[in-house]
Amino acid sequence: MRALVPLIAVIALVLLVFAGVQTANMQFLFGVVIPYAAIAIFIAGFVLRVLKWGSAPVPFRIPTTCGQQKSLPWIKQNKVENPSGTLGVIVRMALEVLVFRSLFRNLKSESRDGGQKVTYGSEKLLWLAGLAFHWSFLIIFVRHFRFFMQDVPSVLKMVEGMDSFLQMGVPLFYMTDAVLLGAVTYLLFRRFYLPQIKYISLAADYFPLFLILGIGISGVLMRYIYKVHIVGVKQLAMGLVTLNPAIPEGGIGVVFYIHLFLICALLAYFPFSKLMHMGGVFLSPTRNLSNNSREKRHINPWNYPVHVHTYEEYENDFRDKMKAAGIPVEKE
Amino acid sequence: MGSLNLDMGLRDILSEKKPAILKRWFDAIVDTYPANTAEFLKSQQDRFANPVGHAISQGIEEIFDELMAGVDPERVSPFLDNILRVRAVQDFKPAEAVSFIFLLKKAIREEMKNLNGQTLGELPELESGIDELALCAFNVYMKCREDLYTVKANELRNMTSRLLERANIIRPTGGLEPETKEAVIKVKRKEVTE
Amino acid sequence: MAAKLPKPDELAAGIDFRPPKTGWMDTPVELKEGMFCWGAKEKNLKAVSFPNARDWSPKEKDWKLPENWQRIVLEGMADRLQKYRSFKLFMDICVRCGACADKCHFFIGSGDPKNMPVLRAELMRSIYRREFTKAGRIMGSIAGARELTLDVLKEWWYYFYQCTECRRCSVFCPYGIDTAEITMMGRELTNLLGLNIDWIAGPVANCYMKGNHLGLEPHTITSSVEFFLDDIETLTGIRIKPTFNRKGAEILFVTPSGDLFADPGTYTAMGYLMLFHELGLDYTWSTYASEGGNFGFFTSNEMAKRLNSKIYAEAKRLGVKWIIGGECGHMWRVLTQYMDTWNGPADFLEVPKSPITGTVFDNSKSTKMVHIAEFTADIIKHGKLKLDPARNDHLVVTYHDSCNTSRGMGLLEEPRHIIKSVCNNFHEMPDNTIREYTFCCGSGTGLNASENTELRMKGGYPRANAVKYVRDKHGVNMLANICAIDRATLTASMDYWVPGVKVTGVHELVGNALVMKGEKERTTDMRAEPLPGKEGNE
Repeated sequence: MRALVPLIAVIALVLLVFAGVQTANMQFLFGVVIPYAAIAIFIAGFVLRVLKWGSAPVPFRIPTTCGQQKSLPWIKQNKVENPSGTLGVIVRMALEVLVFRSLFRNLKSESRDGGQKVTYGSEKLLWLAGLAFHWSFLIIFVRHFRFFMQDVPSVLKMVEGMDSFLQMGVPLFYMTDAVLLGAVTYLLFRRFYLPQIKYISLAADYFPLFLILGIGISGVLMRYIYKVHIVGVKQLAMGLVTLNPAIPEGGIGVVFYIHLFLICALLAYFPFSKLMHMGGVFLSPTRNLSNNSREKRHINPWNYPVHVHTYEEYENDFRDKMKAAGIPVEKE
Repeated sequence: MGSLNLDMGLRDILSEKKPAILKRWFDAIVDTYPANTAEFLKSQQDRFANPVGHAISQGIEEIFDELMAGVDPERVSPFLDNILRVRAVQDFKPAEAVSFIFLLKKAIREEMKNLNGQTLGELPELESGIDELALCAFNVYMKCREDLYTVKANELRNMTSRLLERANIIRPTGGLEPETKEAVIKVKRKEVTE
Repeated sequence: MAAKLPKPDELAAGIDFRPPKTGWMDTPVELKEGMFCWGAKEKNLKAVSFPNARDWSPKEKDWKLPENWQRIVLEGMADRLQKYRSFKLFMDICVRCGACADKCHFFIGSGDPKNMPVLRAELMRSIYRREFTKAGRIMGSIAGARELTLDVLKEWWYYFYQCTECRRCSVFCPYGIDTAEITMMGRELTNLLGLNIDWIAGPVANCYMKGNHLGLEPHTITSSVEFFLDDIETLTGIRIKPTFNRKGAEILFVTPSGDLFADPGTYTAMGYLMLFHELGLDYTWSTYASEGGNFGFFTSNEMAKRLNSKIYAEAKRLGVKWIIGGECGHMWRVLTQYMDTWNGPADFLEVPKSPITGTVFDNSKSTKMVHIAEFTADIIKHGKLKLDPARNDHLVVTYHDSCNTSRGMGLLEEPRHIIKSVCNNFHEMPDNTIREYTFCCGSGTGLNASENTELRMKGGYPRANAVKYVRDKHGVNMLANICAIDRATLTASMDYWVPGVKVTGVHELVGNALVMKGEKERTTDMRAEPLPGKEGNE
């Protein structure tokens, strides 16, 4: 049930664009208006959300320390897992963002019965699938820049070259296409079949996965099976980036519009969803702060005075008992 | 009691099918937990990350071996303890806590469905062994609950031990009589109870 | 013959123990005996002017809530969403990947799905979505949102007082989501309605009025210490003379009050006394700032600050130069990450410098407060103490990292260095159960009551299981730690799960090994157990 609604939603999106382009000839709407709107929503929504987070202060310095603190000179500090300076924080964040350091902890091989038999749980797959998914997504995203540039820079060609180094098929087969689809399928599979994950999953967890799966499948179909008019795609893309949009003569092919529309849906959905973890991870106070609050005072902007029970009040309560016990007092 | 009087045929079958029976038994036990918890108990192999699953899987094997050797309460109790000590603090009623023993009957039956009547005829003998196990299990369970209450009582005593000492033996002027020093030592060694 | 046999399903008396298969939102909370603590008493809430002070019982249907309780909670939530980036962020960015699910000691021990950190947080996120996001308001349960009903409130209370804020889950979370932050908010909100537990509210009231959780009055503190001094004299023949509330001392010493009364923490307190005496340290105890711990931290940020203020206020009044803090877990989370921000800057103090070794403690140059393990490790490293580790030879020791000193500070090697210097037999527990992966004792954040023993034993099982492993493998019989709550609660946990293993503070081990100038020959350790080779000499 929690997966069904999102699935139906994604199918509905596909049918909508199919009907719109194939029967109602609404190429301009789906090729120009909606992409612009989606990008606008994405950028504005993303920025607003980050500003909203940013507007809430970080009242306390609360890094989760995962290693030895800075202490006595002869004790070796773990400068990355328990950073006391900015450099350490940068390395810690880089490891977190680039290789999912914390998720990787699950993989730490653990011995059973204290012996040598090393066991791996499903967590290893989570880390691997997560990494495969995000990195292939990024590479595919970068590859798409060729549509938005008059001259394709050599860096981009290098990326394409590496991605297709298997030299299979015509057009050349990109590994990341397969990796992305495989990883998304696995991430979906977990939510369906691992009871623990199924139990905690919400519709909001299935929807982006179905959406990305739809984007991936439509992209692959377009590249390898239902060929679309590639020059037309580039024309449209260039038109969009140069703010001079036009629907190319001769049409592009409906699969392209499905692909594009699902991407627009993803962009527009992004700022309102958990996908914002992309921005949020950089703001996480348990990771992006150094553990130096004993060394340098951290300021809480809303720190306010509170009622305390003063020493004077305390002594008034207990003066006789203190004197009898030989404890010095302020007032005799 | 002594060793279980089983025909060699059945004994061989049981030891041959032991892994399968234990797997069925284990699954039946963890299915008394919520589905997602059961999955965790089954899949997490690390004994420190999943102590409950480990206690069950190790415990049932030891119990099964004891059953084959004939149930001796002295010997089997520590193995039962490993599992029951956990269940005694989880949300199980007493009957629920010890019921996992009976799930063994189910596991054996299911594994032996296709055997001929003659071998099956000996199952009641085996099952009365399981009944004995269940009785032991009940004793062990009660012991665990008693331990729990002792723990509570001891904790209270630890918390107030200094108060008691002071109330009993401290002199108004401070300091201790020589003989009370002995008493303090005894209290500390828990040789006396208040 | 075979036909007469009962069917397998009939064998378990026809009872189906399998749990319901409903989704978590549709499974109403059931408050189970042994899993929760008694409600806060009126007098304890009144003492610190907390709202809705009244006597109430969680077992009753009527929790005596104010008419407009929903509004109070939602306004409290809105307020805190603006004050804490952590709260706001952690409400938004969880992707429910499940990495944290099996990292919680309460989930591991109880198997209750709502003890998975992700679900504990979802209990609150579901309300956040309904009340603070458009998607949740429009789409309701499809967007994972639900209404704040009385059932939900009870569920919050039940589960936010089943989390010890140990932060183990946050180590594994790819975004660093820390359930402790969410539990803290949950507790702040329940406290707006007077829904505290008495095991927390009592110590808070005590600490506010009398300076310490146990409510020890000044003369009781001195006479307790006096009692330790008698014991130390019996043991060593040396009479120690510590001072209280002494102006002009160089150092103020603050430690959890639990160690003044409860065994085995008392032996740790004796260890401090012996060590400071032997070093000839110019220090004083305080009866006003007589609590290092801070149960206020388990109610609200404000209450924690109110209790914590006494430490700096007393340091200032007495005119000391710097402060040493004793062995305690959450105390050091507060001192490391909160104290200076709340009640600093402590510019009336000096950067801590060990009078014995001259070491300057740069890592605490702003808070001016040094952990006793840092202090002692430095002393030992410089060879300033005469130690006889053989006096601990009857002990085979392992070390439990407290959640707070490991994941909220990173104090890992200092206590280990001390232990290895004063004991000959030391064995670590398995890697995935120590240091930043350490398991909670199961009773932190004020959950060390007696009515919730089942909860505590369940939560303590992962830790105990690792101790059991080293007991069976290496013959470990002593579990060392640097936390007053550990000393009390692990003792119970060991008695239940791993009989034969006792619990000790690190400075008790120091006290045993410490060869004091002019001491008589010791025949027993501090617990009056005969020393190895000295049996029968008594």
